[in-house]
Amino acid sequence: MTSKNIKTISDPKLKLEVLTKEDVQKIHNATLQIIEKVGVRFPSKRALEIWEANGAEVDHEKKIVRVKPQIIEDALKKAPPAYKLAARDPQQDLYLDGNHVNLGTDGCGVEVIDIHTGVKRTSCLQDVRDIARVADATEEVAFHWVSVSAQDTPVEARGLHELKAVWENSTKHVQTESVYNVEEAKAAIEMAAAIVGGKDKLRERPILSLMQCTAPPLGHDGGSLDAALLAAEAGIPTGFMTMAACATTGPITMAGDLAVGNAEVIAGTALLQLAFPGAPVFYAAAQTASDLRNGSYTGGGPEDFLFGAATNILADFYNIPLSMGSFATGAKEPNWQAGLEGSLSTFMASIVMSDMLLGCGFLHGSRIWSFAEMMMDCEIFSIIHKMMQGIEVNDETLALDTIAAVGPGSHYLGQKHTRKHMRELFMPQFMDRRPYSEWETKKDDARDWAVTKARKILKEHQPDPLDEKMSLELDRIIKSVEK
Amino acid sequence: MSEELFKEMAQSIIDGDSDISTELAKKSIELNIHPLEAITKGFVVGVTYIGDQFGLGEAFLPELVMAGEAMKSAIAVLEPELLKLGEAREMMGKVVLATVEGDIHEIGKTLVGTMLSASGFEVVDLGVDQSADKIIGKALEINADIIGMSALLTTTMVRQREVIEELDKEGLRPRIKVMVGGAPITQDWVKKIKADGYSEDAIGAVKIAKELVGKE
Ligand code: B12
Repeated sequence: MTSKNIKTISDPKLKLEVLTKEDVQKIHNATLQIIEKVGVRFPSKRALEIWEANGAEVDHEKKIVRVKPQIIEDALKKAPPAYKLAARDPQQDLYLDGNHVNLGTDGCGVEVIDIHTGVKRTSCLQDVRDIARVADATEEVAFHWVSVSAQDTPVEARGLHELKAVWENSTKHVQTESVYNVEEAKAAIEMAAAIVGGKDKLRERPILSLMQCTAPPLGHDGGSLDAALLAAEAGIPTGFMTMAACATTGPITMAGDLAVGNAEVIAGTALLQLAFPGAPVFYAAAQTASDLRNGSYTGGGPEDFLFGAATNILADFYNIPLSMGSFATGAKEPNWQAGLEGSLSTFMASIVMSDMLLGCGFLHGSRIWSFAEMMMDCEIFSIIHKMMQGIEVNDETLALDTIAAVGPGSHYLGQKHTRKHMRELFMPQFMDRRPYSEWETKKDDARDWAVTKARKILKEHQPDPLDEKMSLELDRIIKSVEK
Repeated sequence: MSEELFKEMAQSIIDGDSDISTELAKKSIELNIHPLEAITKGFVVGVTYIGDQFGLGEAFLPELVMAGEAMKSAIAVLEPELLKLGEAREMMGKVVLATVEGDIHEIGKTLVGTMLSASGFEVVDLGVDQSADKIIGKALEINADIIGMSALLTTTMVRQREVIEELDKEGLRPRIKVMVGGAPITQDWVKKIKADGYSEDAIGAVKIAKELVGKE
């Protein structure tokens, strides 16, 4: 199954086992023990009521829930193992079925390196539009996370302005993490329903999905919980993302950190299943280690890469799709560190077939959007896409006839076999393989070519627009939320 | 004899061992050592050492945090004795710290608090998701010199402005100074909301706080 103009990784030929079956069972058992004995904080009236009605032990004062393993395990079994993320253009629907790795943009940034001036500045609504448009044209980007914060729009409806901007500039699926309270969530669902033609239609064709962070260690945010419950009720794919980070919000050891994050995510997921059995849910994670000198969320480094490969094994164990943080970097500009962290995190998350990857385009710990970074991240994804196809071994690829024809010495450039297969070799867009002297006169590199490409797309690409009447309808819904 | 004890006190802080620092504080009372002396010649030496090592990149955050905890435990024992003598420790200043309403990001704020405490400030950390009323109320209650506010969301950074406007309305500035921080906070924003100080990290926060109380 493929989606129009979208490149996803499928039918992988590479494999990696970072956790054995026994390891996973141990982590699972530890997780159940944490949920039963230590508990998880659910600061939402609605959530606590659901837990209580389903036999959990609820401490209303501390808002901590302790749950018997059986309740959690039974609830998780109700989650659908596979489903589609619908797109405004049905040909661009995405498959969350364990056999597709779909790349998204990163989201919720606060600053942007201006595509024309190259100067860093506060993010605004036009940036959301521009990024959506470039992503729409890029085959590596399968879906959008609302990329940056539209800081020139009213606070109470900001998440909605952002959604509208993406829908107006792209036909691909949209996932948001910028909607984290009931009012905005209600309106966001209404907007999505309006576009597909009603609430029932939206259940069939969820063109919107919602991601909420957990609040590590072992907690959730009240607004996020209520928003997630609303979304699950409407049949919109919903996921909880843990960011439990070794040393600060999680144990210093990776296994312990996985268990804490897992407890947050599966407790949240079980809640959604208890409330709305069969609701489409996903596991989300961006675990990492904290920097020991300044406490920063590293979003990179070997621990981060290992988490990237471990988490899908957990999500597979629970038989639900995974959205995995990748491409995170602390680098301040697209440089060695950004390339290294982007490549390894994405490779590790891809080789285990994470269903969604978040996401390309950011610098400085998910804060600064860079179009150059976005384009180069896409190329990294393409390289990994190619690597995941592995090496095909058969008569045609062994090429014995051609080898005999060329014999010892000579070369393969003039062979039909070469011509036939040459386009299977990876052709980079942004790698410098020129003569030294050419570089010496121009002194340009990947970053320049990447921005140039983004500029060209922005100038030329015309996405399939949203009906004007529909835009007005979305405006009406947004207005109803604005104070 | 007390020299030995002072050394042990410093070491208990360096080891981040609250049990031992508490015990040593009690012991110093039994031995009639002046509490201020126990603090400055004993425990503070340990804090300073860890602080210096941290600055050099040799010590790590968990060591700093645990040194802070061990220090707190010792002070908790010694402070009542000081009060009995009608004396008080000399502090750099009082700070009320919080993450603003609607925002649950905690780590950055906590680190700022840790560093301020380690540098001799008295810090009341209110936690996350704190309303303007609570923050200002606490500042008035303890007669704070500084309010420190963390905001990591573009939708909650406006709360920093609300607190500043409220303080201005009540005529509480410049008596109470305001410093801010968090992921979306920029120098421009700081100017716009007329905050008194801003820093991108916890070490910078200490420097700013010292400036704001005129001790740098
Ligand atoms: C970890 C993290 C979380 C964790 C926090 C865990 C915890 N217990 O604290 C969790 C998972 C809970 C979380 C939740 C969310 N997050 Co968050 N989070 C982050 C992340 C990756 C790192 C923050 C961090 O801990 N840094 C480490 C500390 C040490 O650094 P720091 O906080 O910046 O603090 C330092 C300085 O800023 C300064 N400082 C901080 N405060 C103060 C105060 C004063 C007075 C001074 C002087 C200095 C100062 O000194 C500190 C120490 O050096 C940031 C991205 C980033 N790189 O900042 C996103 C980020 C802040 N989160 C973001 C978002 C969107 C969210 C959610 C809304 C997502 C969701 N839909 O659920 C929720 C928030 C819900 C809510 N109502 O608050 C966005 C916000 C941007 C925006 N558009 O508004 C960011 C930028 C990431 C992104 N692009 O998505 N998050």
